[in-house]
Amino acid sequence: MSEPLLSVRDVSKSFGAIKALGPVGLDVAEGERLGIIGPNGSGKTTLINCITGFFRPDTGTISYKGQDITRLPAYRRARLGLSRSFQIPHPFTGMTVIENLLVPMDYGATSARKELENAEEILRSVGLAERRDHPAEQLSQLELRKLELARALAARPAILIADEAMAGLSEAEIDDILSVLFELNRAGVTVIMIEHIMHAVMRYSERVICLETGQVIAEGSPEKITSSPVVQKVYFGEQTAR
Amino acid sequence: MTLPRFALVAALLVVAGLFLPMVIPNPYYFYAGYVVLQYVVIATGWNILGGYAGYTNFGASAFFGAGAYAAAFLFKAFGLPLIFQILGAAAVGMFLGVATGYLTLRIQGVYFAIATVALVIVLETLVHNTEYLGGASGMTHIAPPPPAWFGGQTQFVFWVMLVIAACAVVLARWLELSWIGRGLRAIRASEPAAESCGVPTLRLKLLACALSGGVMAAAGAPYPTYTSYLDPVSAFSLLIGLNALAMPLIGGTRNWKGPVIGALLLASVQQIATVTISSEFNILAVGVVLIAFVVLAPEGLLGLKSAWARPKLRLSGAKP
Repeated sequence: MSEPLLSVRDVSKSFGAIKALGPVGLDVAEGERLGIIGPNGSGKTTLINCITGFFRPDTGTISYKGQDITRLPAYRRARLGLSRSFQIPHPFTGMTVIENLLVPMDYGATSARKELENAEEILRSVGLAERRDHPAEQLSQLELRKLELARALAARPAILIADEAMAGLSEAEIDDILSVLFELNRAGVTVIMIEHIMHAVMRYSERVICLETGQVIAEGSPEKITSSPVVQKVYFGEQTAR
Repeated sequence: MTLPRFALVAALLVVAGLFLPMVIPNPYYFYAGYVVLQYVVIATGWNILGGYAGYTNFGASAFFGAGAYAAAFLFKAFGLPLIFQILGAAAVGMFLGVATGYLTLRIQGVYFAIATVALVIVLETLVHNTEYLGGASGMTHIAPPPPAWFGGQTQFVFWVMLVIAACAVVLARWLELSWIGRGLRAIRASEPAAESCGVPTLRLKLLACALSGGVMAAAGAPYPTYTSYLDPVSAFSLLIGLNALAMPLIGGTRNWKGPVIGALLLASVQQIATVTISSEFNILAVGVVLIAFVVLAPEGLLGLKSAWARPKLRLSGAKP
């Protein structure tokens, strides 16, 4: 493997006495589809928040394209090409759908001035073209998820981190989102998928990492992870027990 | 309307204002009109931070009072003319905005609101104890005679306030339609999402604080010239802070028209009520109108209008 696009080294984060994460290390190669799974509270979102700059890790370093970004504020990382969607959609209410996409274009690293055309193309690719001029607050749950992805794409990311982009969606809707993400990856974007929906993450990812109490407990191909006894114990076991 | 054209319309209004003293002989209308325009400026300034960015400022009177006292100080100490008093006041307001913002914006919304209330008390206490500024008993402010064209000081300050109002509204509209306005609206909707879209949220909020504070302080700068007398109780009056909040809420906070409409309506009603009923009644009127709007039309008059129009949009936009 050549030099990783994103590299996380010995990163840990505590909230008071609770150690939420780490120390954790992982590398993400360019163009990779990485899945991150783990039970609730295992540190997945904390890890994402450390990578995207919403939390500052207590220890360790995060580097991106060979540059140390551990201390960069979140908006600077976004401009460098680290894009994320949120677990609970955060639409820009008070704006139309298309205007939502113009925000990352205005503030992003993109120098392209054909903003409107680009935004319309992204809306088409996620299937929101018809909702172009509707206020964001009128969208359905599925459309909000799509908007969340579309807005992340509008920033022209090198890495997209999708934090539970499919939670609460129907099977058909999951297929919808997955095909958008596949398409995106084919276009060269590295995708990190955090997901509870097992069949989706296993279908999508080339490599899966399983977190438990802030530690990486398993890593490998979807097949390897599915059959790993450790993972089955903490994760699938927990799910079937419910 | 493009921005240059909008600015041109504003400039034409200002020029038209030059001829008002010839049309309207009674100076009372300028006396009352000054207050209405003053509130257009305050409400427009307030809305830059409170409306676009969604940060509620209860301390508009701190900025207004600081502007008034900065102007009075610049006049007393250096004899500066009104235009420099206004610019100086705006600079003081910008500084106060950034300072308050820097200390409080790192924490979320409500703490900012509380800090702005504290700012009023701090500044008022400061003035109370500064002998040079007249302390609690206030200071007289004898401005030089106005340009002969206007026929009187009241007509002159009315026109000055018209200029400030035109500048404030043009600034607000420019902000609203620019990338800055879009960033501020993103912040209002969701700060984490804005940040992850590359919006430098803290810097943008500080900019909004500075511009909002500067505009509100500029509104206070001609006040000593207008009244010839300045005292801390009226300069830092609670009513100013209340009006600054009520007017955009009544008109609508999403765009520049809201505060202008709200200020024109509410300030006119207050001026009429002061003459016809009593000067205390207008405070009651603000309270009642504010409660009515918060309950019945939380998006203001402009929100009511678009809510009226929305069903049509749905019919034409959605498939059966």
